[in-house]
Amino acid sequence: MALAPSSSVPVMGTPSDDGRFGRFGGRFVPETLVPACQELEAAFRDAWGDPTFRAEYDHLLRTYANRPSLLSECTRLSEQLGLRLILKREDLNHTGSHKINNVLGQALLAKRMGKTKLIAETGAGQHGVASATAAALMGLECVVYMGEVDMVRQSLNVFRMKLLGAEVRPAMSGSRTLKDAVNEAMRAWVSDIADTHYLLGSVMGPHPYPWMVREFHRVIGDEAREQCREMTGADPDVVVACVGGGSNAAGIFSGFAELPAVRLVGVEPAGGAAVGRGVPGVVHGMLSYLMQDEFGQVQEAESVSAGLDYPGVGPEHSHLADIGRAEYHPVNDDEVIDAFQLMARTEGIIPALECAHALAWISRERATMKGQTVLMNLSGRGDKDVAQVQSILDSRMS
Amino acid sequence: MIDLEAHLRQRRAEGRKLFVPYVSGGLDAEWVDLVRAFADAGADAVEVGIPFSDPVMDGPTIQEASVRSLERGTTPHTVVAELRGVSDEIGVPLVVMTYYNIVFRAGHRRFARELAEASISGAILPDLPLEEAGPWVEAADEAGVASVLLAAPTAPDERLPRICERSRGFVYAVSLLGVTGERQSLATTAVGMAERLKAVTDRPVIIGIGISSADQAREACSVADGIVMASALMRLRLAGASVQEVAAAARKVREAIDG
Repeated sequence: MALAPSSSVPVMGTPSDDGRFGRFGGRFVPETLVPACQELEAAFRDAWGDPTFRAEYDHLLRTYANRPSLLSECTRLSEQLGLRLILKREDLNHTGSHKINNVLGQALLAKRMGKTKLIAETGAGQHGVASATAAALMGLECVVYMGEVDMVRQSLNVFRMKLLGAEVRPAMSGSRTLKDAVNEAMRAWVSDIADTHYLLGSVMGPHPYPWMVREFHRVIGDEAREQCREMTGADPDVVVACVGGGSNAAGIFSGFAELPAVRLVGVEPAGGAAVGRGVPGVVHGMLSYLMQDEFGQVQEAESVSAGLDYPGVGPEHSHLADIGRAEYHPVNDDEVIDAFQLMARTEGIIPALECAHALAWISRERATMKGQTVLMNLSGRGDKDVAQVQSILDSRMS
Repeated sequence: MIDLEAHLRQRRAEGRKLFVPYVSGGLDAEWVDLVRAFADAGADAVEVGIPFSDPVMDGPTIQEASVRSLERGTTPHTVVAELRGVSDEIGVPLVVMTYYNIVFRAGHRRFARELAEASISGAILPDLPLEEAGPWVEAADEAGVASVLLAAPTAPDERLPRICERSRGFVYAVSLLGVTGERQSLATTAVGMAERLKAVTDRPVIIGIGISSADQAREACSVADGIVMASALMRLRLAGASVQEVAAAARKVREAIDG
């Protein structure tokens, strides 16, 4: 399929009126939610075009979230890999990941819309913690749905959310992970729609979420592009990010999508490779690549990383894969654990297991990128994963 | 195949309120017997669930029924195959309820054709709103299968006539803000929803979601043309009630709405 011939049409621009990126996206929700999605779309269009809202959002990013985030050059790791590795340090944001960009934007929007309560889903807990943080900051009520399995895997984050004043409700259905937390959050939204904003945590779900969440993360790519030019005098050859739902990847890709020479790479867990192994399907309000069986039943993803444990992917990633603008590759859990340790030992940075996927791919494919500048989005810090990795490494040794 | 809308309009013209009980397809070895028993108990149509892995419009009871059914190896094809000819035999139209991905995966035309070949009169897809319904409604129309659309209390007035125009068979009025499951009383939004729809359409208006007892059914039918009852009946079955016992509960609803 050919790219749009006119260079004036941005690759990562505004979706069509029916919320499509190419053939993907849309708004497949129960009738009850349609007016709420329409209201949200109108409110976001209005706010995003309003300099007052933009200034308020920007002020929060700078004075609360610690933006702009740093760009770090990895001297020792670069030498070891035979390429020039640069990290976009979203791990240094307040709450420890890129998720804060989106929650501050949506919480600000929710307030502007007169909503008093936020509901959110979370996998690893990063988005849940970020949501609880934004709710506390802005004086909003917050309920976070989290799969029962993930509540065990990430018990510290459950406690963090509670400390921040949020209520955490377990999702007990299905695989009791991220997918089921989304189901529960959607059911709760259907039941309590008037005062409630659903603070969706990734570039997924019904229109306008995939577009809106990407716009709130666009700051990652915009900063990184300018920082990279300042640091190296040029654009990177490759931009790499991990992909579950795909929000951190969408954020950094959006800063480089219009530069055809820059290669964009999304890294998926082998057990949740929606783009790599999925076929188009509809779940959680969107048409996108989806891991499903021959009858259309959604399959359960399996990944060492709770944050990437999702059988679908944001619709814009499906579109970017379709038109060949971005590539998506899988890595397995063992490669991820190796990369996690590699970064800790070589650079003194403990990455989130999610971003260790990106490094795992870079490390495996390093020979094909010899001497190139590779920009990796380090989307979160790994403190939350330390106990889990400890038990994995202990069981490897025994 | 029975024409769903003609059948319901005729029953309504006879002064009868419409009763649509629900069975989770593939739930257990006797689920088709329950379809037949509902017909005997006075159902005007029977709704049959095709289980889906991620049923976002369903509460705990239908979720549990879906899980049990999937664990038995139920697929869309096994449900449709077991229903083949049943509607003709019992003289009552059947309507499947499932989620859009099941239809999307099979292909709109293929799914519609399979329903028609099994004499299944209609389909309800609760996660397919008006704006996205076009391709499915066209394929269903072509196959003579009624694509029932839902109308929710959150819809502004201008939206309801467009839903009613696109819906086939009947209009499914969502009684409340929420998912399927039993409630203590009929939602305050239920009767109002039926009134708003009756004011803009001649198609049968049937209320569902949360209708939990014979009394609530009668109250809803004060304005609506009929009701769907799902969780209240499935809870009995999940708790071990026999086909006869569940059918007896359905018969009480029939009697209540007949007044």
